[in-house]
Amino acid sequence: MRKPKIAFFLMTVPAMVLFFIFHTYPALQGIYYSFTDWQGYGEWKFVGLKNYINVFKDDRVLHAYLFTFKFAIVSTILVNVISLLIAMGLNAKIKFQKTLRAIYFMPNVLSILIVGYIFNFIFAQFVPMIAEKLGIEALTVNILGNPDLAWLGIVFVAVWQAVAFNTILYLAGLVTIPADLYEAASMDGANLWKRFWHVTFPMIAPFFTINMVLAMKNFLMVFDQIMAMTGGGPGQATESIALLIYRGGFEGGEFAYQSANAVIYFIVIVIISVIQIRFLQRREVEM
Amino acid sequence: MKKKTNWLITSLLVIGSLFILFPLYLTVTIAFKTPQETADSILALPKEWRVQNFLDAIEITNFFHAFQNSFIITVFAVIFTLLTNSMVAYAIARNLDKKFYKFLFYYFVSAMFIPFPIIMLPIVKQTSAWGMDNIYGLIFLYIVYGLAFNVFVYVGYIKSIPRELEEAAIVDGASTWQIFWKVVFPLLTPMNATVGILTCLWAWNDFMLPLVLLSDREMATLPLVQYMFQSQFSTDYNLAFASYLMALAPMLLVYVFAQKWIISGVTKGAIK
Repeated sequence: MRKPKIAFFLMTVPAMVLFFIFHTYPALQGIYYSFTDWQGYGEWKFVGLKNYINVFKDDRVLHAYLFTFKFAIVSTILVNVISLLIAMGLNAKIKFQKTLRAIYFMPNVLSILIVGYIFNFIFAQFVPMIAEKLGIEALTVNILGNPDLAWLGIVFVAVWQAVAFNTILYLAGLVTIPADLYEAASMDGANLWKRFWHVTFPMIAPFFTINMVLAMKNFLMVFDQIMAMTGGGPGQATESIALLIYRGGFEGGEFAYQSANAVIYFIVIVIISVIQIRFLQRREVEM
Repeated sequence: MKKKTNWLITSLLVIGSLFILFPLYLTVTIAFKTPQETADSILALPKEWRVQNFLDAIEITNFFHAFQNSFIITVFAVIFTLLTNSMVAYAIARNLDKKFYKFLFYYFVSAMFIPFPIIMLPIVKQTSAWGMDNIYGLIFLYIVYGLAFNVFVYVGYIKSIPRELEEAAIVDGASTWQIFWKVVFPLLTPMNATVGILTCLWAWNDFMLPLVLLSDREMATLPLVQYMFQSQFSTDYNLAFASYLMALAPMLLVYVFAQKWIISGVTKGAIK
């Protein structure tokens, strides 16, 4: 049995080497340069933890984190509530089920960037026009131009698109619940709300976990929507962490500095994912 | 016991679906209108369906060229991802009892947690130094980066395939390579569909990697083109929407015809 071993080796080792060269090595390089003062070109020297200390003192970075978290938390909650509602609707005895399912899933196949551009127009032209006719003063100007409200526009677009994917996942969970569970609950006199909390929700708990973790992780990386809608503006009001790393790293000559930022960002994402998985899985067991 | 159709929920869902369809309605109608018509009424249907917007957009953005770029990238990324990633996963899945392959499994899978921005700056330096800042480099990176997720889903699937067939092939004198290509790969069809669809959606719609990697405007993909022409588009919405619509249309058409497979493919990929 020597031969198959070599074949298996040949099947995996090239992939491993390539993955190392194009994924692990750049990641290590990023960590390495985060301890230097490299601008992305020219000479450089080691500066120890200076970049990290400066990142923590940088208001722009702090703001990017606050914005990204605010955006990610609000979007994650909204997406999960809305997609669970839609999934339960689609799982009920309804007409046009297949067509409706296809419509609700459609945003998932569209380019996030282009969807962002389309909504850009909606916020800039359509919403103000409608608001004027209805006499809603607050919406007559483009909310994307308002530093306090622009983030809500981005939440709106992100949620519009992400609901598609999460709905399908919840639906996959809901169809696994046997109908007699509901019948038994109804006979015990459980109302709609109780049936949801004691039958539906516990049964789809694993799907709730996946959806929360995936949605949160994706929203923490938000980039395309912002590039399309505000470019981080007005000012730096909607500058996400990914956008800041991109901007500073490529346009601002802050290669090393933004690498330090990226390392922190990586650690933050891992910590949040682990906490979420732990916490939600413990709930799964309890229910 | 047959339950009656719940009309309340049906109508709520229909109303909700308008929310999804409305932006598309706007996109299609505005793409066919004149600026004057748009100014008169954003919502109305175009009086005459104007094709000129599309002709202009095709010319200005060099649409067919960008389409070709996106098409080449997506097709090759999908084909080679299926062929290579499944093979890597097969070798890992059948040797998980060995330390090396177990390590490999965790090595690839743990990369899913690494956010792209941490490799973004170095990889751009690296690819441009090695002359890979082009379409081929992009295809290559999609295939390699896909490993993290694809190994995870393939291994899970391959573990559920009984080994009897492979053992029978060994008795017949087939080599490991032959077993993989002739026996195992055909059995992977459901997972290949999932991985193929996800890779296709990723490569076609991705914006960040082409943005940072491609150095030549000539190589721009469809999403990247929309970004490059924003300054022109912001003054002419009808032109912009014609361009957006053409960029969205190919994937929408594929979706209309293959939505059943796409939905089940995406679901399977996510549940694994």
